[in-house]
Amino acid sequence: MAATRARVSSFSRNVSTVTSQNPGLKHGPNGTMFISSGIPDLDKILGGGFSLGSLVMVMEDPEAPHHMLLLRNFMSQGLVQKQPLLYASASRDPKSFLGTLPSPASPKGDNKSSDLSHEKDLRIAWQYKKYFGEPQLNLNTNNGGQHDYCNDFDLRKPLDRHFFSGNNVDCVSIKDSPNLTALQDCCAGFLAKFSRNEGSISSAGRIAIQSFCSPQCKYSNEEWHMLSFIRSLKGMARSSNAVIVVTFPPSLLPPSCSKRLQHMADTLLSVKAIPDEDKELAKLLTGYQDMIGLLNVHKVARLNTQVPVILEATTFSIKLQKRRFLVLECLNQAPVDGSSGSSYGTSGGCSGSTKAGPLDF
Amino acid sequence: MEQKNWNLLDEALGLNNNNAKPWPLCGRFVLVEDCVDTSAAFVLHQILKRSFSSHPSSAVVFLAFSHPFSHYDRVLRKLGCNLAAQRDNGRLFFLDMLMLQCPDEGKANHDGLASVFEQIERVITALHQDKKFISIMIDDISFLEVAANGSSNDVLNLVHYCHTLTSDSEYGCAFIALDHKDIYLNGDRTAVMLEMEFLADILVKAEPLATGLAKDVHGQLMVLDKETQHRHGVSTVKTHNFHFKIKENGIECFYPGTKI
Repeated sequence: MAATRARVSSFSRNVSTVTSQNPGLKHGPNGTMFISSGIPDLDKILGGGFSLGSLVMVMEDPEAPHHMLLLRNFMSQGLVQKQPLLYASASRDPKSFLGTLPSPASPKGDNKSSDLSHEKDLRIAWQYKKYFGEPQLNLNTNNGGQHDYCNDFDLRKPLDRHFFSGNNVDCVSIKDSPNLTALQDCCAGFLAKFSRNEGSISSAGRIAIQSFCSPQCKYSNEEWHMLSFIRSLKGMARSSNAVIVVTFPPSLLPPSCSKRLQHMADTLLSVKAIPDEDKELAKLLTGYQDMIGLLNVHKVARLNTQVPVILEATTFSIKLQKRRFLVLECLNQAPVDGSSGSSYGTSGGCSGSTKAGPLDF
Repeated sequence: MEQKNWNLLDEALGLNNNNAKPWPLCGRFVLVEDCVDTSAAFVLHQILKRSFSSHPSSAVVFLAFSHPFSHYDRVLRKLGCNLAAQRDNGRLFFLDMLMLQCPDEGKANHDGLASVFEQIERVITALHQDKKFISIMIDDISFLEVAANGSSNDVLNLVHYCHTLTSDSEYGCAFIALDHKDIYLNGDRTAVMLEMEFLADILVKAEPLATGLAKDVHGQLMVLDKETQHRHGVSTVKTHNFHFKIKENGIECFYPGTKI
């Protein structure tokens, strides 16, 4: 595949550029617009960000709260760019969650690429992929503009109150609702403000729904009711300039219901915890000690096109850089220890190991 | 008609055999199956495009459950078919069902999917006067099930109704539906899928490659033609297996290992 082709075709314009009017929006291919997910690495992986009009579903791991990291950055990004936000969760006081949102990092001199130069001396280049340049998607056309589109969030610094004390944030608790009708009406009212017409987009909206089918909700047994809710959300999203992020724990649902939800998603991600002291995993991957979880990209939204998005890699490690910044990295397999000799044999699928591969989920 | 570039999918569906019928899928039920990893929506797009170019008096009734008109318009335009123009010319009836939700059973105005039946019937009877080759396409049966609140009976009623429309004594329509096979893998609530697989004349199944993701091969297709319309009383089953790559302006189909 000719990765360096510069021909601009009206059908596949893969260059995403920031719009001048609204730095929070970026033009995507096929007449779509992107908004940032709040995580710069995730934006790059997804080809620009979340498409306006799409439904993003995140499959949770009940053993770890990593989906909260994705939600928090998503919500903070919207608030920082003054994009109205609707947040729903099963807690009694969802507004208190806003106090845990991260704040954009203060601009500093260093940038991420300097991390690569920390080993100045002899480098064994078996991880050669790390030293190639960025792929051809030129998200860095305007460095100042790039910064406005997506911020680096400092997870240790809480967001200033003034970002969410105004009218642009709505919090809804679904804890005591007997069904999802009230939430659906809330979402419908919110999305009506961003309905899509042929004119230019003034602003984009964000909806974040956390663990919508968790067992504490009264309707969590009503499979078809929950499916209708998500389906109606998906329908409403398509005709509006908003992105809806919904997290759900698939292990707490019947398998067919979980599959139906996965099909409804335009973009489908899942997060998984990494066990703390897994010696096998530590041998398999480098940088294992710094990883806090794994992110898997199952599906990327394909609005207005039939061509699927095939990624170089679909599993990424979630790390906290300097314990503050969320980064996603490709997994790097550690070099095989020549002395043991049996590593390749046991890592193959046909060895009949009783445990499913640690990276399969 | 201009020279068409038939690909393996067209051949497997029998679309290149114009001598029998101008629109070869008439009177046949095509069931398309896919999974989360590999979407088979491109099969619907291909059939949609071919149906319009098969004969000037062909028409399509499209029940959309998963994507709005704007999406299909853009996708088909890149494939060389102008859906907006077809809609204006009365050859495409796009029924947007994205927000359709039937009231629960037991409620006063529970009528199942009766409104959907009525819409289809109205369009078909109106079309039948001057159009000869009608195709009914349902975007996504699993979303239809959600719209029907999980009532397998209602969904099967609708599928049976559409299937009866394919018989020659009725309207001889073509019926094409897409469903997601991996939803039913756990063995529960398989009634709808089993029934449809039984009724279908042609099964098209899209799966990912066993070896994983690839940039130049997006998956594999299995097309099973039950050849239920046979002339001499001998029914045969034809199976086609090939790989595909989806592009903006079409699909490339090739036998495994023969990618150019």
